[in-house]
Parts: sequence; C-alpha cells; structure tokens
Amino acid sequence: MRANCWMGKQNVEVVDVPDPKILNSRDAIVKISSTAICGSDLHLYNGLVPTMKKGDVLGHEFMGEVVEVGERVGNLRVGDRVVVPFPIACGACQACERGQYSVCENSNPNAPLAEKLLGRSPSGIFGYSHMLGGYPGGQAEYARVPFADVGPIKIENGLPDESVLFLSDIFPTGYMGADMCDISPGDVVAVWGAGPVGQFAIASALLLGAEQVIAIDRFDYRLRIATERAGATHVINYEQTSTLEALEELTAGRGPDACIDAVGMEAHHHISALHAYDRIKQVTKAETDRPHALREAILACRNGGVVSVVGVYAGLVDKFPMGAVMNRSLRLRAGQCHVHRYLRPLLERIQGGEIDPSFVITHRMPLNDAPLGFDTFLNKEDGCLKVIMNP
Amino acid sequence: MSPNESRAASTVNRPVAEVFAFWHDVQNLPRFLEQLQSVRDLGAGRSRWRQTDGSGAEIEFDVELTAQEINERVAWRSREGSEIESSGEVTFTAAPGGRGTEVRAAVRRRAKGGGLAAAAAALLDADDNQQVRDDLRRFKQLLETGEVVRSEASPEGTSARNLASQRPAQPLPA
Repeated sequence: MRANCWMGKQNVEVVDVPDPKILNSRDAIVKISSTAICGSDLHLYNGLVPTMKKGDVLGHEFMGEVVEVGERVGNLRVGDRVVVPFPIACGACQACERGQYSVCENSNPNAPLAEKLLGRSPSGIFGYSHMLGGYPGGQAEYARVPFADVGPIKIENGLPDESVLFLSDIFPTGYMGADMCDISPGDVVAVWGAGPVGQFAIASALLLGAEQVIAIDRFDYRLRIATERAGATHVINYEQTSTLEALEELTAGRGPDACIDAVGMEAHHHISALHAYDRIKQVTKAETDRPHALREAILACRNGGVVSVVGVYAGLVDKFPMGAVMNRSLRLRAGQCHVHRYLRPLLERIQGGEIDPSFVITHRMPLNDAPLGFDTFLNKEDGCLKVIMNP
Repeated sequence: MSPNESRAASTVNRPVAEVFAFWHDVQNLPRFLEQLQSVRDLGAGRSRWRQTDGSGAEIEFDVELTAQEINERVAWRSREGSEIESSGEVTFTAAPGGRGTEVRAAVRRRAKGGGLAAAAAALLDADDNQQVRDDLRRFKQLLETGEVVRSEASPEGTSARNLASQRPAQPLPA
C-alpha cells in the first residue's frame, strides 16, 4: 500500500510499504477513506519529538471502512464505517476505567522508552514516535487498529467524512481544553493559538457556556475564521499588540477566568530576543519545548482561574512561572485528549446541528501530495488551516 | 538487595485469586517471562524450564517450588547442580480501594563458575530490573487485556532488549 513516511527532519515521502495485518486478536484493519495532517505532526516534521525512525508511517487522524476484524472484536463487522481515536486504549486497566484513555496502562509496548523521558508512560498513539508505541499511522491506504473493540466509533447515518473525521482528535482535543476549564455562565475564556485545535476550543467554550471567548494568534486569516466560524467574540493579533495588555483591557483588570494553551512546544514570541532565547535552548537540546504561550497564559489568568493545556509538550520547559501558579491559586490542567470519552456526546452534537467541524478545512488533496500538504501547513501558505487527504 | 537481585512491582486490575492462579500455573510462565522458552510440569512442585541466556544460548534446568501460600506468595529456586543458579519470589497483595492486585517480584540469578562466565553474567544482569519490569508488564497485559500487546515496531511486545534495534513503525513484511 501507499503510506506517508517520516524520512528525517522536514522530509516526508509517500512510498510503498507492506499492507498491515492482524497482530492481536482485538485488532481491526481499516481501509482509510479520509486522513488529516495534525498540528502536532509538525512537531514530528520539525524533528522535535524524540524516538522517530526513518520510515515511520505518520498520521493519527483517520477514518474509513472495516475490512478485517480479529477474533475477539465483537462489536464491528466488515463494511462498518468508523472514526478511529488517536490514543490507543485497552478499556480494562485502571486508567481506562477512570475514563483517562490517553494514559492507558497497556497500549504502549515501548513504555520503557517513555518512562525514561516522562517518568511514566502514557498510552500508545498511532504514528507518533517509538516512545509512544511504534505504531504505524493513518496517512496510508490501510491501518491496523488495536483494541478495535474499545476505540472506533461507528458512523451509521450517512454524515460525510468531512463532518466526522475530526472526532479522531482535534474536535475532542479542543473540547477537552474547554471542558477542563470548568466553565460557568458569564466566564471569559482566552485561547492561545487559532489553529485547528484552538478553533475547536473556542467553539467548545461557547457550547459549554462561556460568555466571551478571546482568540490569540499572529495570522489575521486564522483570527478571521475564529470570529466568523468558531464564534470568538474578541481577537488579539500578538504581532500588532501586546497580549497581556490587550487582555487587561478586555477584562478590565481581572484577567480571563480560564486560559487555554492550544499552541504547545513550538510557540512564537513577538519579542524576537525572547523567541531566540528559547529557540537556541531548543536547538541545543537545553530545553525540548518553547513555552511562550504557556507562560503568557499563566501570567494572564485571573487569580484562582484555570490554565488548561492541550497544546503538545514533549519534555522540559524553562523559566516556568511557578510563583504565579502557586501564589495566585491557579489550577493547571493538562492532557492528551481522552478521545474515547467524548466520541458519543460530540457525535450527537454534530448530528444535532450544533456544530459542523468541517469549517476548519482549507485544503483537500490526494495522499500522494502529503509532502506538499506538510510544507503548506508548516509555512501557513495559501491561508492553510487544515489539510485533509484521501488515499 | 544482593548484587544480582532484580526487583519490580506492578498493579494488575484483577482480583487477587485470579492473579495468583495465573502465575501459579507454570504453563503460563513462558507467556510473560521473556527468556523462558517452555516449561514442563514434572509434578510435586517441580518443573523443567528451558530458557535462553543473555547470549541467546539455550539452557535447560529443573526448578522446585520452595514456598506457596495461596493468594499470597510463590517462591522457587533451581535444583542443585543446575547450570543456572536461580531463585525468585512473587507476592500478591490486594491494592487499596479495590484497585486490583499489587504484584512484587524479586529474582536472583547467578551463572555457575567464576571467571569470565560470571563476569559476562554480571554484565548481562546490569539491566535485570528492567527485565523483571518488562516481564511484569507482559503479565499485566495478559491479565487485563487477554494477550501481550504488539506494535509493528515491537512485534514481540515489550522488550527493553529490542528497544535499541527497533524496526520502523511500518506494517510487517508479508
């Protein structure tokens, strides 16, 4: 089959690889109809996530048709149309029983690698490094889906791929970012990053009852989508104005009740010296992550408010404002999305017409054009917000 | 802890009686003890273990149970005169809050003789805590999910030995 493979820093290639086969009795093989490039794939593309290997099949946002099931998969049949959550979860360990699927205790056979960097291992993830399992991803014609009796959700009502594909990651990830804020009516929520996850965090904060949602980014076209499609009530372009001053003004000195970091480890900073400080430390591996957005979210948040982190961090950050977190009673919430928990309720919101997640799509291309897709997305060319691909 | 003792612990989300019974059945041991190729039950608490050593060579030796307290503890050691001097103990305790079973394993191993063989064995034992951790991870997977979890980069399942020489995350050749 054809698959998009990581070949090194800023180098992906669509090549022929063997077709996947069942390795465990709870596996299913899915023929992929639609797949996407995630913002977090750009961290892999830029070589910032450790334990990638040349030839790794990328992709963790995908859906398609079941073409084979293992003997212990009782809930799916050949021909079923499914969306696959990006974390792989067994459904039987303590973490899964608590609904914390992205920290499943059994799905990462390479857990010893993750333990070295993270202390303990989270779940395995499709196409996201050897430290997180060494599972081939879904930017391919087919994928093996472990624990297919637990993860995939059947789509039975004819909704188009474009409306349900993002249940695999970015819609639930943005939603969890807002869910972790424990939003009360009247709350003001600020969202760093108007990429695809940020757009869904904005829309979700409104669905959960926020009165004002402020979008922060440096690209006007993304801020326009945030206002026109996701429903942001205010925007801040941090290259034109100081984020902290603008938030002070917008909230009359209180600060946002909740701050969502939908940027993660490759943040940019409008003050070039500060950006250079973290960039140099990142390049020299003195820190793995550039945490400008996170620092700013902490400093801006109202006393006693919530800082919710769904942007991806891989390892260590520097100059972390712990004094602000402690002295101002902030609550720090974070996590890779526990997608399984949100699949059913968010599918119901899509079916009920409350939201159509396809609004983030700006580029559609065949799988063979994946290298172009990565390049366009990385460089924010041509108004790129979200690339989907069809094998 | 003696120089060649390795330890690890894991919590398995199943009742103590089930977890104990699974370990106690020697036929199950090769399913999660990575180095063990096969076990033959000889009856009366004795069994014959065939396993590979660090260099990949196969060794066969007899093992006898030295203690078993139902739902609490199993201990074993290689019989006198075996090529490998090996002993171990596993304890089973109900986890607080009904959260399954705490499993704690300690394994001691020594190759016979001194000199080069012993030195090589000591070298190979350097990551033995990891070996026991990996074995317990597979044990937990078997009890909680029914099988050892495999990825294309680690098709044999968790194995610290294979981490450095992983194949790419690509489907296996037909």
